Amino acid sequence: MPSIHNKELIAFVEKMPAFPKSVQRVVQLTSDINAPAKEIVRVIESDPVMTVKILKVINSAFYGLPQKITSIQRAVVHIGLNTIKNLALSVAAMGVLKPTNKAEFNTQDFLLHSLTTASICRLLAEKLNVKSSECSDFFVAGLLHDFGKIVFAEFDPDNFKLALEKSAEENISLHDAEIEFMGISHAQAGKILAERWELDPILIDAIENHHNSKNNSQLKDCIFTANQISKKLQFGFSGNPIIEENSEELIPRFNLTLEVLIVSLGDLTPIKSEALSFINS
Amino acid sequence: MKFKFWGVRGSIPTPGPTTVKYGGNTTCIEITTENNDLIILDAGTGIHPLGQSLLKKLPVKAHIFISHTHWDHIQGLPFFPPIFIPGNEINIYGGLDPVTNEGIERALGVQLQYSYFPIREAELNASINYSTIKPGNAVTIEETKITPTLLSHPVLNFGYRIDSHGQSLFFTGDYEPIFNIYLPEDSEYEEYQSFIDQKQQEIALAIKGIDVLIIDSSYTTEEYAFKQGWGHGTYASAIKLATEANVKKLFFTHHEPTRTDDQLDEIYKQLKKENPNLDFEIVLAKEGCDFFT
Repeated sequence: MPSIHNKELIAFVEKMPAFPKSVQRVVQLTSDINAPAKEIVRVIESDPVMTVKILKVINSAFYGLPQKITSIQRAVVHIGLNTIKNLALSVAAMGVLKPTNKAEFNTQDFLLHSLTTASICRLLAEKLNVKSSECSDFFVAGLLHDFGKIVFAEFDPDNFKLALEKSAEENISLHDAEIEFMGISHAQAGKILAERWELDPILIDAIENHHNSKNNSQLKDCIFTANQISKKLQFGFSGNPIIEENSEELIPRFNLTLEVLIVSLGDLTPIKSEALSFINS
Repeated sequence: MKFKFWGVRGSIPTPGPTTVKYGGNTTCIEITTENNDLIILDAGTGIHPLGQSLLKKLPVKAHIFISHTHWDHIQGLPFFPPIFIPGNEINIYGGLDPVTNEGIERALGVQLQYSYFPIREAELNASINYSTIKPGNAVTIEETKITPTLLSHPVLNFGYRIDSHGQSLFFTGDYEPIFNIYLPEDSEYEEYQSFIDQKQQEIALAIKGIDVLIIDSSYTTEEYAFKQGWGHGTYASAIKLATEANVKKLFFTHHEPTRTDDQLDEIYKQLKKENPNLDFEIVLAKEGCDFFT
């Protein structure tokens, strides 16, 4: 079975650039002394690459923070906006992710899927009355759940392409196809990277297990469900044609079927429009 | 422990007739422990006259703790005479820069370059040791413990707590209490506020039970309205923190560079008037005076 070398993977991601729109906005906002802080935060947390690279720095053992930092907002409180701005600028200086790749993985559709999953995940957290101080953690977990895929598209595009094709042709889960062609799934790759970067164990666990419906933590349940909702509503596309939860079955955490849960969340199209406005504006 | 201010000015040195009383050098505080260990907080221009005074006490063994690497807190380092003299031991401590990933050696190295200074780092004759330290991890020097805490400023900034022989002092470096970047009507406001409250608790724990608080109080409340986000505190925010920490003495420092002696005296008078019932003494930091915890 082929397998990815973790060391090479980690070294590759160190140099991986962020998405074009956020790089452009970061450059603009950091050149404007009056740019609102919340706007800078919003841009960073709309980009999984930029988010993960900043969380990596602040969670490094060198800062010995008493608790892991799981969101950009928390990071601003701990190390200050100016440092976050400069970190974002240093990510921006690495260039931009190319819109096309050899794997023919659509990065814009991927970003739309990640952003809408993030927003839906936060919405589900609110529905479960999660403490307001934890809701941004749910957003970040949703944003990063498929991070491994964008890494695959850049790092091992040939094999990832084969996995994408097989998943589409045979209507099987992408993560199963990934294991066949690459020896590792995007969830496992996400876990390896998140561990290396010393992210919060809860976040690492959520990334690793976001395809596991037999979960028992609020965060994992919310990511799993948000992921299915985003796919069901076709908010972007992240390469996986399978919607894992049978809509006839109850989702225990919410005590509703997927269909009924979606209805209960009200009109979700603004989530898509907002994400799209960020990606395309 | 004994401490003495050698620099109390923020941002830029301000020599001249209007700053004679409080002083025009940028930040530097000398601490002498009961064991006679020498601890120096920050290396603004005040470290130059401090260095001159140490020439009578050779060899020098000094522990310099840098709160952050903004110019006014490091620019005196190349002018600290003990670094040129063989037999001296100079230990420099500070944090890792998150953006460049460089340790505290950058504070001196960046200045000792051909374009900016005639002497290279390799030519310094004292033994110079750098320690990149982490928040919450104390450095122990004999019976003295120095603990860094991450405090809000536009660059990584450590406040230092010094515990020595049962007495304690906390110096904030440059510090602006964290403010909410969202408006109350924004959906993120409440969550962000909860992060701020958690961070405040962390700071409260770091300064719990201290005798002396030396704090950045650059601005009046009126001035701050135009300077939010610049990274500095006010007299009011200093008094608030000192009250919460139940300190015995509060020193206002990092005086705004355009502030004259007369203005500082006037501000002090006003503060006394507005805060008649404080349980602690308030003092404007002033160059050259010895204080005891």
